[in-house]
Amino acid sequence: MVHQYKSNGMNIVLDVNSGSVHVVDDLAYEVIPLYKEKTAEEIAEQLAGRYSREDVMDTLSDIADLEKEGKLFAEDIYRDYIFDFKSRKTVVKALCLHIAHDCNLACRYCFAEEGEYHGRRALMSFDVGRRALDFLIANSGSRRNLEVDFFGGEPLMNWQVVKELVEYGREQEKLHDKKFRFTLTTNGILLNDEIQEFVNREMSNVVLSLDGRKEVNDQMRPFRGGQGSYDAIVPKYQRLADSRNQMNYYVRGTFTRRNLDFGRDVMHMADLGFRQISIEPVVADESEDYALRMEDVPAIKEEYDRLAQEMVRRNREGNRFNFFHFMIDPTGGPCVAKRLSGCGSGTEYLAVTPWGDFYPCHQFVGNEEFLMGNVYEGITREDIRDQFKACNVYTKEKCRDCFAKFYCSGGCAANSYHFHGSINDAYDVGCELERKRVECAIMVKAAELMAEEDGPEAQPEKRTPEAQPEKKPLEAQAGKMAPEARAEG
Amino acid sequence: MKHIKTLNTQTLCNTMKKGGCGECQTSCQSACKTSCTVGNQSCENNK
Repeated sequence: MVHQYKSNGMNIVLDVNSGSVHVVDDLAYEVIPLYKEKTAEEIAEQLAGRYSREDVMDTLSDIADLEKEGKLFAEDIYRDYIFDFKSRKTVVKALCLHIAHDCNLACRYCFAEEGEYHGRRALMSFDVGRRALDFLIANSGSRRNLEVDFFGGEPLMNWQVVKELVEYGREQEKLHDKKFRFTLTTNGILLNDEIQEFVNREMSNVVLSLDGRKEVNDQMRPFRGGQGSYDAIVPKYQRLADSRNQMNYYVRGTFTRRNLDFGRDVMHMADLGFRQISIEPVVADESEDYALRMEDVPAIKEEYDRLAQEMVRRNREGNRFNFFHFMIDPTGGPCVAKRLSGCGSGTEYLAVTPWGDFYPCHQFVGNEEFLMGNVYEGITREDIRDQFKACNVYTKEKCRDCFAKFYCSGGCAANSYHFHGSINDAYDVGCELERKRVECAIMVKAAELMAEEDGPEAQPEKRTPEAQPEKKPLEAQAGKMAPEARAEG
Repeated sequence: MKHIKTLNTQTLCNTMKKGGCGECQTSCQSACKTSCTVGNQSCENNK
């Protein structure tokens, strides 16, 4: 399967099954779709008048060489491999600990419904958390790296237990030859120097919730009394990000129908000095006025294009930042087994409620149909686990002919369930946006690789971190993209 | 090649031989939580 598209002045050809990315000239862009359909003579004849016969034959020879090398028109040979891979014994390697089903904000789009997950307010006890870590160690087989995310609600509302669990994990990892990677997802309200110091010492990643511009953030992320949270959190986030040398963290936001110009929010966060940024489309019931609808998709795609072009421009200036969804690296990335087995929800990844129940992931918490067991008895519903285990791109009709299947791995099971009542379907708006993000991500990387090949003389002088523009005061930030970037796309 | 510039040397097919160790990060533990993005994860063995 071959997917080709034009983006930011480049002709890009993605050979889906090999993962090869080619940047081609106009002639090759026209010849590639004809290659399997017509003879060389027919192609030369069709393009006569615009391209010389010699050039056409030369291009056909390039294509034939790439086909021989398995980099163009590669066959999909993974189906049996992945079914065999997924039939191996399940190990658990990651837990999302709902350390607090309570929150000090009242974000309008929160799938946890202000932290409570359709249930009661609750804080996880040390005993439940300890049992969860014991379960993880006992069920992780030979996997050494184990991940534990302190999630909520707002995990800092139960900070003492977080600290005790980290301490317990550090003791246990030595005894069992494991390595815990702790992460924290927080709204930042309770961040202080003591927490920052602990987080920097113990957490391999920290996710800091922020939606972007002040007016955008404050509309969707207010306190329970209605006042906005932006001013309370941004200075703390800036300090924390700098104290981690701008690495191993994300400022992470959600965009909704109310800010379809979310690229400006990404730029706003970049202008605040953040270098690791993630903004995701909201997933909400269509009855919500802020929910994304299929009719919004064209505007969102244009916004992704503008954002990608602006990233290329800033990269060239040496003013680089990472956007989580544009981080595809065609020269590396995960193995095909990982790409085809998905996010691991319900199998190698589980969510744990404050009272110790297991769910396939945080998005299923509160839906009793998906209650899989608990920290006291382990997995009691192996049938649920097996359903998730069997789910992959080859079991989903919509994924069969999709060029993005090796990047999204069949998409989010929770989104599929919420929109179609089945984990074996796919959330259509999400698919449209994922395809666009994959195209943009490849373009950004292609632009970077092409610039590298052109040599240093072709590139503007790179600024050292010290020479980067001084951060502007918050009030003075417009968060605007360059006019030339907005005019294209 | 005059008309085609290939950006990567490795193919997905090559990762079948040594892949699948499972030591890599779970995608939802990084910065998503509401969508599935696996292609942008990094391989633990290439670090």
